[in-house]
Amino acid sequence: MSILGTRVLRTEDPKFLTTGGVYTEDVADDRLEGACHVFFVRSPLAHARISSIDVSAARQAPGVIGVYTGADLADLAPIPPSAAGLINTEMQQRLLAVDKARFVGEAVAAVVTEHPYQGEDATELVTVDYDPLPAVLGFDPADDSLLFEAAGTNVAGYWGDPSKLDAQLFDGCEVVVKQTIVNQRVAPAPMETRAAAAVWGDDGRLTTWIPNQGAQGTKADMAKLLGIDESLVRVITPDVGGAFGAKFGADPEHAVVAWIARRLGRPARWTETRYENLIAMTHGRAQQHTVTIGGSRDGNVQAYRLEIVQDAGAYPKIGAVLPMLTILMTSGPYDIPKAEAVAKVVVTNTTPIGAYRGAGRPEATAALERAIDLFAAEIGADPADVRRKNLLAPFTEPHRTAFGALYDSGDYVAALDKALTTAGYADLRSQQAQRRASGDVRQLGIGVASYVEITGMGDGEGTPPEENATVEVHPDGTATILTGTSPHGQGHATAWAMIASEELGIPVEKFTLKWGDTDLIPEGGGTGGSRSLQQGGAAVQQAARELLDVARLRAAAELEANAADLVFDKGRSAFNVAGDPDASVPLTQLAENERLLIRTVFSQPGATFPFGTHVAVVEVDTETGKTTLLRVITVDDAGTVLNPLLAEGQRHGGIGQGAAQAFLEEVVYDDAGNPLTASLADYPFVSATEVPSFELASMATPTSYNPLGAKGIGEAGSIGSTPAVQNAVVDAVAHLGVRHIDLPVTSRRVWQALQAVQPGSEQ
Amino acid sequence: MTHIEVTVNGEKRSAEVEPRLLLVHYLRDHLGLRAANVGCDTTSCGACTVLLDGKSVKSCTVLAVQASGHEVTTTEGLSADGELHPVQAAFRQHHGLQCGFCTPGMVMAAVGLLAEIPHPTEAQVREGLEGNLCRCTGYHNIVQAVLAAASEVTA
Ligand code: FES
Ligand code: FES
Repeated sequence: MSILGTRVLRTEDPKFLTTGGVYTEDVADDRLEGACHVFFVRSPLAHARISSIDVSAARQAPGVIGVYTGADLADLAPIPPSAAGLINTEMQQRLLAVDKARFVGEAVAAVVTEHPYQGEDATELVTVDYDPLPAVLGFDPADDSLLFEAAGTNVAGYWGDPSKLDAQLFDGCEVVVKQTIVNQRVAPAPMETRAAAAVWGDDGRLTTWIPNQGAQGTKADMAKLLGIDESLVRVITPDVGGAFGAKFGADPEHAVVAWIARRLGRPARWTETRYENLIAMTHGRAQQHTVTIGGSRDGNVQAYRLEIVQDAGAYPKIGAVLPMLTILMTSGPYDIPKAEAVAKVVVTNTTPIGAYRGAGRPEATAALERAIDLFAAEIGADPADVRRKNLLAPFTEPHRTAFGALYDSGDYVAALDKALTTAGYADLRSQQAQRRASGDVRQLGIGVASYVEITGMGDGEGTPPEENATVEVHPDGTATILTGTSPHGQGHATAWAMIASEELGIPVEKFTLKWGDTDLIPEGGGTGGSRSLQQGGAAVQQAARELLDVARLRAAAELEANAADLVFDKGRSAFNVAGDPDASVPLTQLAENERLLIRTVFSQPGATFPFGTHVAVVEVDTETGKTTLLRVITVDDAGTVLNPLLAEGQRHGGIGQGAAQAFLEEVVYDDAGNPLTASLADYPFVSATEVPSFELASMATPTSYNPLGAKGIGEAGSIGSTPAVQNAVVDAVAHLGVRHIDLPVTSRRVWQALQAVQPGSEQ
Repeated sequence: MTHIEVTVNGEKRSAEVEPRLLLVHYLRDHLGLRAANVGCDTTSCGACTVLLDGKSVKSCTVLAVQASGHEVTTTEGLSADGELHPVQAAFRQHHGLQCGFCTPGMVMAAVGLLAEIPHPTEAQVREGLEGNLCRCTGYHNIVQAVLAAASEVTA
């Protein structure tokens, strides 16, 4: 029986359950012996000119080895914005702020001490003279206070041309609905905060341990930030305590730690506090959508427009680029004859925006799925029916959308129907009708969201997504896999071993997976964008198969037989002559004679497009607005499933985060740009009591783009669940006249929405 | 400096420590027991949870000196003879961990919870783990694991 598709338990678990993972802070390495500790002084103001920094008192504090400011880092070039060319190139960041601080939490100075306990006290002694400037906030910042004077504007750039929007787009539509929607700013908040350890060797090379999502990309970033050749950087990835998009590449702080280690000629370490993490690690989402949807009274959607404003935060990083993905997925799973989208990117005095689980696609889905519900409400139709009517018909040949996305395969109606059946949709609707009729204080809401998303993208048009893998069989019967992916909870050690085991007949527990050391594995795309299995896993399969090809030739020579006459006996992990099991040579023996090792690169024709439907059921107390999430039912079709245990885990995690965005989590600033959610006591991080157990239905439409038939599953959960829960809450109170409630649909917002529609509330 | 004597995972330990040293740092930095993690600075996340005399506590909120004369158990001391404790085994069986950062704290919180309520309902498990945050699992499999461990212990 094939091991593929079975619930193999994770081989990595025993360590995590007993002695625990070895995260960056836990790394004990001789090279880090005697490390000093770095602490950052961060701006307490959202927008201010820095007139002077006095570090003399801090330098005298006990245990202080050095204090550095932006002036000391003058040799390091500023960081250009992402997508320079489209984004204003004047919007550059210094590793430590020089002249100006642009968000609360921006690093202004670094204090280095002998012991970690000394740093916090010493940072307080750094005196920075700030001249406050008006904070620039919101989706429509005026240009009277500029973050970057040289740019002359707070608009970082555009994706698409707003002047080219079609004035006739909605001509002929019987019904047109327009709504402005906020897809709020959230904190990725991985349980492990950011960290770094750095040491320079006598050979002038840097070795740095950084929690990241792809050591190779982190290496490239570090070289750029430090202005040195990539060959001088070695990145080692310890265990990583969650990332969710926010640990891609390297941040200014990582480079400053390395710079300090070089300057002092001794190893340096840094672990950020949770407070720092919530204000200085990139945030996610922060888009405003204006959706306009038009169609016929009988439910055909004929035109859709999405106008996006992306708040990029103080410095245009990946967040400034993500609207491109949102635009790409504008029309989602629907067959909409006319659709268009455009995005404006603005800078504000807030934490920069980066990738967060789904990165650009949840935003597209949230906008579209709210629009579909608004349209359904307007024509008085069941939202599930409207979806069914407008979803693309099943296809097995790739389908090109008006936005240029090439969907590989899909059966969207089947996913919708499966989710509705699993939820017991008709029954839920009748329960809802009863509660409405009886005027129950606790109303039932049912929300549906269908989605298609893009996973495993390449570097751009014309660059096929690819990944490398190395498989080696050792004489003692064990085997090693090297991968360019970078697991941080996804279970690659188990999954990649399953794939190779299936080919080589070597038991899963005999495999060791290595990743994240750039000297050992110089190339790799890391883990993100739900790419790992479809490319990294497929590469492992390809490597194992190529290894068998080589082994077959060697076995033929060994057995003095014709290679074509050999059969591979998986049970014994050996080649034998067909019909003569005694004439046999095991892989281990071949490995003894000569290293049995293959490195290969797998490349995929393009990105894949998982899809599904989520249904959420909520109860809303119409007197208090209190919302309880009762059920989440999902169909997430990500092609062939390698290990259901792992795939379900990915879905659960995504659903949890997506639901949290829907009704709990939001990063909040006051009018002066002060973060009000800078601790886990203030940020409403979802807990076990706020979500139910999730109900997962399975559906698997394979992709032809890789031999595993797999698409990405890492982000699906967070894409469907946010609009499903939001739609459910609005649905619960729709009969009372509520049309829309913005994310997060907190009890307070629900209560306010209900107040606004109470008869007489206008007075 | 204050003299402390703590029994950690069944072993008597003594040390001279600064009065402000937190138990979590004593465990991690002095004893090299690094399973318990620090995930916050407001006693909110539970990544640092250990057992103090059999009751789960957040070791970032306990001073090392307060633990003197008491018994501390961490995940390192939970399994015996290479066998996972039923709660640890259930976490593996039900894929109750992904990145593993919350896991040692979560496991100890679950052990503490089951000591108090041997047969919890799902709602009781969720309430019992409210102070332990996990970003990876959506809590689903953690809850399944704890429920399974509860029935395992009774069986
Ligand atoms: S470290 Fe977060 S509760 Fe102890
Ligand atoms: S498993 Fe990653 S935080 Fe819980």
